[in-house]
Amino acid sequence: MDKSATLTQPVTGRDHVEGSADAPLTLVEYGDYQCPYCGAAYPIVKRLQKTLGKNLRFVFRNFPLTQAHPYALIAAEAAEAAALQGKFWEMHDLLFEQQTFFRPDVVSSWAQRIGLDLEKFGDDIKQGVAENHIKEDRQSGIRSGVNGTPTFFINGTRYDGSPDYNLLLAALESEL
Amino acid sequence: MTALKPGVQAPDFCLSTTPDQKVSLSEFRGQPVVLVFYPADWSPVCSDQLALYNELMPEFSGFDAQIIGISVDGVWCHLAFSKDRKLHIPLLADFEPKGAVARQYGVYREKDGESERALFVIDSDGVIRWSHVSPVGINPGADGILKALEAMAGVEKAVNV
Repeated sequence: MDKSATLTQPVTGRDHVEGSADAPLTLVEYGDYQCPYCGAAYPIVKRLQKTLGKNLRFVFRNFPLTQAHPYALIAAEAAEAAALQGKFWEMHDLLFEQQTFFRPDVVSSWAQRIGLDLEKFGDDIKQGVAENHIKEDRQSGIRSGVNGTPTFFINGTRYDGSPDYNLLLAALESEL
Repeated sequence: MTALKPGVQAPDFCLSTTPDQKVSLSEFRGQPVVLVFYPADWSPVCSDQLALYNELMPEFSGFDAQIIGISVDGVWCHLAFSKDRKLHIPLLADFEPKGAVARQYGVYREKDGESERALFVIDSDGVIRWSHVSPVGINPGADGILKALEAMAGVEKAVNV
């Protein structure tokens, strides 16, 4: 049987992380904010975080499918610009919770909603400060064998099961 | 049936890509070719194997590699699918005789009447340099393809992070 793909780029300080570095389980997701399957995975990840508590470290990396999803890149840039003001997860969560309502012209109001400095936010996006981070995520994703969105890695190995809560939980718990 | 292995000359073929266009493997002699055999159009996920490769066209172009998709679907099906998913990858119809090219490459699943999920990286002389058959339920991603293209280009690129 084929051994599954492995993460080529370990989790470091450049990453967006929820949970502690010494958690026994690390779940990395490569995601696209406009992808409905990532939208469906969002509440599942939240549930897993609730169930596994301190045992789980969750990391989100970008893999926007720009050809298939015209807003994916703009959304990713918005989240990365929010990150520069310490509010990555607020924007990440909002983007998935309100996924069906996302359009480029709501970005400012959503930035306002989470309390960002709008001028800095706008400038950062215009200057493309998020570009490198998103490119790095995309490259590490390609090299690691990302094969669609969402692609999950559990403790560095690509998860090839379906993104169902019970199956993911079982796969995670088997690593404990 | 086993997939053709590296070192073998890739069998030439001539298949329709649209109702009035045909594509031959030999017309790409002089550049690397990535052949993507896949079971069927219209998989239910927006980020399926072809959407992924469609996204990675810049990376493949970097190697001057031509990427081609092949399934047993007919040309009208390919046209509709391609339009729906905004694909820039030519899709070839291994339609009549059904699965003939997949059989030549050793990747036809007789029982299902579809090809395997198989990848072949062919060099500019038309020789297979890498092949991989993925379990049909698993999308193999692009890392194997890119590694093969890099090895052929003779350059080990460091991971760009």
